[in-house]
Amino acid sequence: MNLQAEIPLHYMIVLSTLLFFIGLVGVLIRRNLITMLMGIELMLNAVNINFVAFNHYLYPHRLEGHFFALIVMAIAAAEAAIAIALIINIYRKFSTVNVDDVDELKY
Amino acid sequence: MTGPKIIFFILAFSTILFSLLSVFDRRILRAAIYLLFVLVAIAGLFYMMNFQFLAAVQLMLYAGGIVVLIIFSILLTSQINSKLDAPKLMQILAASITALFGIGISLYTILPYVFTPSPATAVEVNMRNIGLQLLGTGEQGYVLPFEVISILLLAALVGIIFIAKRSRT
Repeated sequence: MNLQAEIPLHYMIVLSTLLFFIGLVGVLIRRNLITMLMGIELMLNAVNINFVAFNHYLYPHRLEGHFFALIVMAIAAAEAAIAIALIINIYRKFSTVNVDDVDELKY
Repeated sequence: MTGPKIIFFILAFSTILFSLLSVFDRRILRAAIYLLFVLVAIAGLFYMMNFQFLAAVQLMLYAGGIVVLIIFSILLTSQINSKLDAPKLMQILAASITALFGIGISLYTILPYVFTPSPATAVEVNMRNIGLQLLGTGEQGYVLPFEVISILLLAALVGIIFIAKRSRT
């Protein structure tokens, strides 16, 4: 299948740009830690689309974008797990996951 | 309109639609499910670009792992039918101005740019090539990032256990 003739690279870039900024809006307007984490996941996925699209369209003789996207996914998984451990711990201490109410450090 | 184009537009439209719903829905569990739909649509995009392995990893790791983790943490920290607070008007205004400004700048920079594809012949993306390159040490080997990722995952594992265990006090 010759994707280049059907769908220009710019379509993919416009899609990932929109997705990235929707994720950014999600991080900015929500005060709940879990929804902020979901916004970050959207942004990471937008970046992955960009890596894969550039790999497929411009440099098909190498697999750099492919491996970069794989590594981004691994880091996203580790980051989500740690973030959720922190969120559970914050919930134990403050009984809320609203970032505006979590306003003190250890002492 | 040809077949791939129609499929691309369906995937792109559902990605944007569900990500908007995921960001703006005030019922948090539904937002997580909309996030799942976004991730599945993106896996479809990877399939379209012939990266089958990456699409499978996307489905397993994101749709199978991260969304389940997020849903678990939602169920542990909030009532199932509680609604999020509506964001303040100032917040929505500031966020949308930031986003529109960013979209404008990015597209203004990128859209006129003419990309020139590399003339080299395409490498076939099959499991054999992926495995050889992922563990290769030669010209196109990626064994160093692979090992660094394994150390990162180990550190994350230890860190999660340390963070999430109850303190003794």
